[in-house]
Amino acid sequence: MSTQAAPSNAAGLRRDERLERLALFGLSSPAILLILVVLVIPVGWLFYVSFIGANGQFSLENYERMISRRSYLRIFVTTFQVSLLTTGLCILIGYPFAYFMSQLPSRLANLCLITVLLPFWTSLLVRTYAWLVLLQKQGLINKWAISLGLWDEPLKIVHNMTGTLIGMVHIMLPFLILPVYGAMKAIDRDYLKAAANLGASPRMAFWTVFFPLTTPGLFAGALMVFILCLGFFVTPAVLGGGKVIMVSMQIVSNIELFVNWGAASALGVVLLVLTVAILWIASRFLNLDRMTGGGH
Amino acid sequence: MRKTFLLTAAATLLASAAVAQATEITIASWGGSYQDAQSKALFEPASAATGVTVKQDTYGGMADVRLQVSTGQVTFDIVASGSGSAARAGAEGLLEPLDYNVIDVSNFYPNLYSEYCVGGDVFSTVYAWNTDTYGENGPQSWADFFDTEKFPGSRAYRGSVAGALEPALMADGVPMDQVYEVLSSEEGIERALNKIRELRPNISVFWSSGAQHAQLMKDGEVDMTTGWNGRFDNAAADGAKVDYSFNQALLDYDCFAVPKGAPNKDAAMQFLAEISKPEYQDDLPKYITYGPTNKAAYDTGEISAEVAANLPSSPENAAMQLPISLEWYAKWETVAAEMYQEMLTE
Repeated sequence: MSTQAAPSNAAGLRRDERLERLALFGLSSPAILLILVVLVIPVGWLFYVSFIGANGQFSLENYERMISRRSYLRIFVTTFQVSLLTTGLCILIGYPFAYFMSQLPSRLANLCLITVLLPFWTSLLVRTYAWLVLLQKQGLINKWAISLGLWDEPLKIVHNMTGTLIGMVHIMLPFLILPVYGAMKAIDRDYLKAAANLGASPRMAFWTVFFPLTTPGLFAGALMVFILCLGFFVTPAVLGGGKVIMVSMQIVSNIELFVNWGAASALGVVLLVLTVAILWIASRFLNLDRMTGGGH
Repeated sequence: MRKTFLLTAAATLLASAAVAQATEITIASWGGSYQDAQSKALFEPASAATGVTVKQDTYGGMADVRLQVSTGQVTFDIVASGSGSAARAGAEGLLEPLDYNVIDVSNFYPNLYSEYCVGGDVFSTVYAWNTDTYGENGPQSWADFFDTEKFPGSRAYRGSVAGALEPALMADGVPMDQVYEVLSSEEGIERALNKIRELRPNISVFWSSGAQHAQLMKDGEVDMTTGWNGRFDNAAADGAKVDYSFNQALLDYDCFAVPKGAPNKDAAMQFLAEISKPEYQDDLPKYITYGPTNKAAYDTGEISAEVAANLPSSPENAAMQLPISLEWYAKWETVAAEMYQEMLTE
């Protein structure tokens, strides 16, 4: 038995390895099946339908329309503009807020965390209409400000880009604050002490030690905000006054206007391809694995 | 003997079941106070009079009908629809042609029924204004609506093409009876769009629903808007400072259609014939300020002179309005909608 041990052992190990792989595959097969059914097949169907014209035949007309009508280009530009601005504003507001929270004693920090999470528990539609009530011409903000003498004429802060951004930033902020706060809490305070010990001013210690350590959380949050923004519908539709038209809104109009699903599907395909392209570019420059917590 | 009796009884039961099945129909409408009004004025009394059982449902418009017809699972016998979308659905082959030997439309206004859809109520697309801003001297024409020197203030305008081009052309000086002639070319559509572009700096909101334009007037968010007359009556009843005029308004109608392959098509035709009669239509204004499509409904004595004066389809009001041309929408809506989109995104 011992004489045969060496070769058969190697073969046995290989067999065990194969078996283990098979077992792993078997265990993950429900998940694979689920992804196939709810993701791959519908997206494949979306691609297929987008190439079907109004007469039910294969056609490129749904894509040609997007090129020949300049409005589609403008709608995509608006969509990316709104998404970029929302992401930028979320970083400007969310990063300092997360930093502030990370410096608080844990009981106060938890209280702040609840104020960040609270909006999550309220319906998106309710929050959007609440902003409409607050921001409109005869709304609370304009009325109070005018009665306090802050400004004389009602400000136009809704039914335009401004209102859309206010609403979207409010909804998106938790998606940025949470990963950034998580990254900040994970930083060992001794690093900053060491930097100070080596002669770094507080500002220098922040920018050379603290900030770089938070970038994975920041990029993860920013990317999540940006990609969620690309598909937004309710908030721009309600707060944009019909003047801020994003891709998802055009998808709805196309379903109502053209008598085939392809006209709407093609818009979905272009948005999907652009989003994947952005993720791919982001992954070239940033370490996506680190952002999602894996691959140390 | 006993066996024969049993067989006869069974046959009778089967036959009566078949009859009962044939006299139950399903009607889908838009829900809310609109369907309540239809139900009280039309469906329930007509059901009591004919013995036809009516099952009511709500639906999301012709997209639902398209889905039912394309999968062969048609459950609706009658659907309530806007006139324009019914015309397009008819052209697409989603609707049964209506049998006007069964449905009597001899007293209908001529533009309020079509091959696939018979009018149920009449509404108007009007210009409405804030009575606090303009007092008694509100705008009296589309030219006034587009004139921001004579009537300074913010406007709201429809965010889609239906009913949006005709007012602009009238404001640009096109006589009412030539509007659709001018609109029947891309140059004509562009002319209307240019007029809207002129007004655009003063348009605060492009609205997308009736609830929205009513709310905009109620909140004083804009000083003038286009919209559907019934909504402004409701808003005014709620205390909103809003008034409107029928002069140069667009006369439009909602109608009833039968989806292709409806399970009880013949019963549906009979039921449509019933609810198109004046004795039902004259009750509708009691529940919503939309007018009857059957002229004879004004002669039954149910609609008082005061109520009639406020209805879009009263002879006096109808005379000063432009009836919507379904032929134009069937031919031009897609082209015009894309050009409208261009204007909106500029």
